[in-house]
Amino acid sequence: MLGVISLSIVPFMVLIIFIHGYIKGVHIYDAFIEGALDGLKTAVKLIPNLIAIFIAIGIFRGSQALDMLISLCRPVTNLIGIPEEVLPLVLIRPLSGSGALAAVKDIISHYGPDSFPGIVAAVMMGSSETIFYTTTLYYGSVGIKDHGYTLKAALISYVISIFITVFICGLLL
Amino acid sequence: MINTIWFFLILIGILYATLTGNLGQINNIIIEQAEEGVTFGIGLIGIMAFWMGIMNIAEKSGLIKTISKGLRPIIGFLFPQIPKGHPAERWILMNFIANMFGVGNGATAFGLKAMQELNTLNPDKRRATNAMAMFLIINMSSLQLVPLSVIKIRHDYGAKEPTAIIGITILATFLSTLVAIIVGKIFEGGRRC
Repeated sequence: MLGVISLSIVPFMVLIIFIHGYIKGVHIYDAFIEGALDGLKTAVKLIPNLIAIFIAIGIFRGSQALDMLISLCRPVTNLIGIPEEVLPLVLIRPLSGSGALAAVKDIISHYGPDSFPGIVAAVMMGSSETIFYTTTLYYGSVGIKDHGYTLKAALISYVISIFITVFICGLLL
Repeated sequence: MINTIWFFLILIGILYATLTGNLGQINNIIIEQAEEGVTFGIGLIGIMAFWMGIMNIAEKSGLIKTISKGLRPIIGFLFPQIPKGHPAERWILMNFIANMFGVGNGATAFGLKAMQELNTLNPDKRRATNAMAMFLIINMSSLQLVPLSVIKIRHDYGAKEPTAIIGITILATFLSTLVAIIVGKIFEGGRRC
């Protein structure tokens, strides 16, 4: 049911906007072009930020430094109750969306989609975002240099939500 | 902080590769990822242009204004610094709605527009405001209701019921967003603008 809503939202949104605009007498073609040009400029401005993020994360992952970090964290996270199987996902999620998706795939193929780690990984993926990328991109696009407490607050929330996710998965399964 | 993280990611990566004799790998990664950044950005151009175009129609027809009127109390609570009726309100709402329904790139387009509008309220253009921080913290807590990519993976690996996680995910998403708002509000307490 929710899946159907998710799939139909884009076409229907577009349809409603078009009909509403047309009835209200907006010159929809001109309005579209004007907005699209704005979108194009914004996207181009993002490219340097994207390159910077991708290279840093690529180097960190490709050098296997991430794997080293995972093995360093394992004793600590085992102690505080995070299932060791999902640790790679927990560490990569704030850094890279595609990396996190790969980690989810890996966990699910290893332990099975209906196993405890498989479900925790799926829920975790669905209920978190790529923190590092979002911060850099959004602030970078308007030229903000001092991010204040944003990252700190986001990371604290992230850690708390990891525990919540593990907890409710344990509770409901 | 981003500055520090960026520095350490690259520093540790290159040092670790040096120690493990993987330096050749680093050269390839730099070339590949630089290209990947451009490819991704160019891929974004089309979809962002599309969404910004569509939203410009909705803006001109007054549709966005109508929608945001109904949701203003929520915005007022989360972002007390934004004056009533400011365009930032609308873009933030559009971003939240697009995020909830998993229109990822559309959400990014609205989100960047929201940042531009929030920056017009910013007295110090180099520094993030509370409203910007709250907006991003909520964004980074994830708002998406149905994680289609995850369901696809579960389906591919033969889950009995691939969509069975939707309920737990919505609960987890709701709680993580709630935590984010609370944490954001606590940090906000320590700063004025």
